[in-house]
Amino acid sequence: MYGLFLRHFYLIKSSLPRVLDLIYWPTIQIILWGFISKFFSIYSDYYSNTLGIILTCAILYDILFRSSISFNMLFLEEIWSRNFTNLFIAPLKLREIIASLIFTALIRTLIGLVPAIILTSPLFGVSILKLGFPLLILFLSLYIFGITLGLFVSSGLMRFGPSFENIAWSSLFLLAPLGCIYYPIEILPNFFQIIAKGLPLVYIFDETRNILLNGVVNYENIKQAYLLNLVYLIFGIYLFYFSFLKARVKGTLINMGE
Amino acid sequence: MPIPLEIIDLSKTYDSKEAVRNISFKVNENEIIGILGPNGCGKTTTIGMILGLLKPTGGKVLIKGLEIEKQRVDLLNELNFISPYIELPKKLTVKQNLEVYGRLYDVKELKKKIEYLCEKLRLNEFINKNTGELSSGQKNRVSLAKSIINDPSVLLLDEPTASLDPETGDFVRSFLEEYQKEKKTSILLASHNMSEVERLCSSVLMMNKGTIIDEGTPEELIKKHGRKNMEEVFLKLTRDLL
Repeated sequence: MYGLFLRHFYLIKSSLPRVLDLIYWPTIQIILWGFISKFFSIYSDYYSNTLGIILTCAILYDILFRSSISFNMLFLEEIWSRNFTNLFIAPLKLREIIASLIFTALIRTLIGLVPAIILTSPLFGVSILKLGFPLLILFLSLYIFGITLGLFVSSGLMRFGPSFENIAWSSLFLLAPLGCIYYPIEILPNFFQIIAKGLPLVYIFDETRNILLNGVVNYENIKQAYLLNLVYLIFGIYLFYFSFLKARVKGTLINMGE
Repeated sequence: MPIPLEIIDLSKTYDSKEAVRNISFKVNENEIIGILGPNGCGKTTTIGMILGLLKPTGGKVLIKGLEIEKQRVDLLNELNFISPYIELPKKLTVKQNLEVYGRLYDVKELKKKIEYLCEKLRLNEFINKNTGELSSGQKNRVSLAKSIINDPSVLLLDEPTASLDPETGDFVRSFLEEYQKEKKTSILLASHNMSEVERLCSSVLMMNKGTIIDEGTPEELIKKHGRKNMEEVFLKLTRDLL
């Protein structure tokens, strides 16, 4: 029994990323729920239709989560199945790899989300479709940001190898408190507000709440979200190409399957 | 007629460690060249540079006279690779895997091609099984099928019969001999199986510490070093340099 304990203890002791991983999740959970609790204690009458808004925001956040994880999973599955090298010796241009990952991530996202969206109506009397046409705009914006995060993580995997895997899982949760999914940006401390304003999520979720509460669309929020999305997407694509070049110099591509 | 594979003054340095130092050789059409050496001698690094997975620090890899660094994606159509360290997706059936790679390599008349490969490599009995459920011998034959699905001009084989039982190993070697004669493929074979090298290769490159320390036909090397077989030549050359 002690031997088995030692086997895992040595593993944890020798790996800083593992220790950080253990600390990371509870910290993020506490921060997120801390802000949510703070919001409800100050603005208890803010939402007249709390369940509908929270559930709609949760589903929208899942669009981001699913699209990003789907993109990462497609990449990770090639590493886990030791097929990574086969992929990169096939005559595929990087832009073809990116395009196929983006398309497949969309299909995976829809497979995961459509049943959840259908279930919320009979179970809770909430339909995300109430957002109307703007839902499509918000969905697209979240999907673009999701695949952009996927590009960042895949770039890291390519450059640093499978040890970057934990980042793939934890990157999205880091954004949850800063993305202001369930509360307005004002609830964050000033320093976090500055960071949050650089994320398209703040504008997307602010607009979702605005549409549901006031029934009008503020296109300024949507414009801001798309502008930021474009900047991040261009940077994500650049990073993917750059990481590929670096991986060819460092030899990560050939060692990935071993 | 351009040479299928030509390596000129190829070098690779990782940070300050020289993995491959100024090696040059070529593989002509219808020729199998063996590349031998102890672990860490630079074989995998050389293969990585030929496949465009690694950027050389110096020198060139020419495929049919064209530089891989300049036309990587186009030239990858001319190459393929098999290694025991690389596998095909385990949850896909053999047929699905061959379909996927046939499409990635834009193989014409793919259905016929898969039928041909299944017939030649005896894959029909497990064509609809998941690749992860196969024995190592069966997996090896599927990987071999994937490696020739595009009829590569240059085929790179990294220990193609490692961990195979003698019967399967012999089947794979016989298949490679027959395939090479039929398609006139240029093959670069990295192996630790000396009898395999003696049987298949018309010429051998001996590598150690990133350089080519000797080369010639197996018969020439055995005679030159006064040994009975390639295994003894290998041991002499690697021990001399320790």
